[in-house]
Amino acid sequence: MGTPDLAPATRRPAPAPRRRRRVARARQGWLYAAPTAVMVTVFFVLPVLLVLRMSVSDWGLFAGNRGLNAPENFTRVLDDRLLWPAVAFTVKYTVLTTVILLAVALGLALIVQESSRWKNVLRTSILVPSALGLASASLLFYALYSQQSGPLNPMLLALGVIEEPVSFLGTPTSALWSTVFLIVWRFAGFYMLLLMVGLQGIGHEVYEAARIDGANRRQIFARITLPLLRPSLALCTILCVTGSLLAFDQFYILTKGGPDNSTLTVVQLIYNMAFAGQNDLGRAAALSVLVLLVLLALNAVQFRVLRGRED
Amino acid sequence: MSTTTTTTDRRRGAHPLARTPSYVLTGGLAVLFLAPLVWAAVASVSPQGGTAQTQGWGFGNYVTLANYQAGVWRYVLNSSITSGLTVLFTLGVSLLGGYAFARFRFPGRNVLFMLTLAILMVPYATLLIPLYVLLNGIGLQNSLVGLALVLTLFQLPFATFMMRISFESVPAELEEAALVDGCGTFGALTRVLVPAVKPGLITVGLFAFLAAWNDFIAPLILISSSDKVPLPLAIANMRQQVMGIVDYGATQAGVVVLAVPCVLLFLILQRHYVRGFMSGALKG
Repeated sequence: MGTPDLAPATRRPAPAPRRRRRVARARQGWLYAAPTAVMVTVFFVLPVLLVLRMSVSDWGLFAGNRGLNAPENFTRVLDDRLLWPAVAFTVKYTVLTTVILLAVALGLALIVQESSRWKNVLRTSILVPSALGLASASLLFYALYSQQSGPLNPMLLALGVIEEPVSFLGTPTSALWSTVFLIVWRFAGFYMLLLMVGLQGIGHEVYEAARIDGANRRQIFARITLPLLRPSLALCTILCVTGSLLAFDQFYILTKGGPDNSTLTVVQLIYNMAFAGQNDLGRAAALSVLVLLVLLALNAVQFRVLRGRED
Repeated sequence: MSTTTTTTDRRRGAHPLARTPSYVLTGGLAVLFLAPLVWAAVASVSPQGGTAQTQGWGFGNYVTLANYQAGVWRYVLNSSITSGLTVLFTLGVSLLGGYAFARFRFPGRNVLFMLTLAILMVPYATLLIPLYVLLNGIGLQNSLVGLALVLTLFQLPFATFMMRISFESVPAELEEAALVDGCGTFGALTRVLVPAVKPGLITVGLFAFLAAWNDFIAPLILISSSDKVPLPLAIANMRQQVMGIVDYGATQAGVVVLAVPCVLLFLILQRHYVRGFMSGALKG
């Protein structure tokens, strides 16, 4: 990384004290970066190498490493009868969540973007849930959705929306929608904030010019706001898709993958393989590696599709 | 932001009554987002069957919570230790790292920085499986220190990035003046630069605290003894304890205990919280 040595004719060698000082700066730089380097090596690089090793090894939770067995872990993962239903459910959940969450967040961002005291209060209210942990929010909604203590059934009955109490987590469809609702509540503020940054980046003159040209509000939204918001929307989509594909807390707490494994996500399957019942770290590692590869590929594709066209 | 205000005002007319429907709509939105939290707080002290608080209002559910297994204070303490250590480690590592990346040129600088950001690309679960084995190997299994180190790692991409841009926005003359005055680089860092990057440190610390206080899957995998689990895990476990019957009152009380520090910190430090998100959005 240091300056490449140029021919003496074009450049005189740096005076000795200056070069010594540069070497000393470099050494100090390394010293300050050392804690980062140690953390990243021990808790990131080594685990990544280890998970690759585990994925091709017969590695029990209690028995430990019992030698290589490639590619048995991968074939057994792909043959697992729960894998494809879990993949299908995770994808369905991801699509639903991403579409609904980003639409809601965009709507909220458009509503609260102007600055006034009331809008600031509103913005804060929408952001408060995002200070809560996902696990806390899931526990909160677990009580909110319960037949026994939740207020929703009495309210809906009183309003005449439903005839008899419904079970919010009892059927596969209702459990899915109830979880999506929880996630929208918890994350709408976060994505609203990201989109507001994008909205503020659109120059005032652009809107002014469009208005002078006689564009109405819908045209301005479709032809100016949306296209210019593309980078922000791209970032939100990537974050939301990645986060949803790796969903765990909300389903672990709300449904435990039930009813009948209908809300089992891929990460829950990894957890179950490793710690709940099967105790097979090798197979869990194999599935983790597959998830990592899919995610890397997906992010590369998303980057290209969502951001590529502008340049 | 102010520019859009003027245009909408002009369009809708300045008369306050003309804006009443918008107040109703937006007020409804605010209620929708706050209602679940308010409900949990109210329900936790209100009378309901199947809980410790069957008659009249009171703190029966909190008493249940306080007496659950090792006692709620044990779990609050576990969570506080984990969060405290995570904040400490994250601030220490990212302060020094951000300084190094912003102000020094050394071999491997870019590789290390990219590697730190690459942590974001690897799913949580993919890392936790080998980390479970690795922590066993170095004697940090089932330990809050080990848990805090893992949580610190997941904070590093954001924290290092944040501290790097904080240091980069401090004028170089400030540091040079301190060096000329005879400070070493460490003296310049502690006496001159730390005060200058304080907003960045607050943002990083806030995010590290919220993440550590709320994390669920890392302790689920890394902590095995029930008296060492942090609060979210303890409250999730509590639901299944009493012969399969869920004590919703105690769960609500638990949610309140979990939420209060986060909501308070958020309200006090909202400016820093928003700024952290903004920097995240800009790097995208």
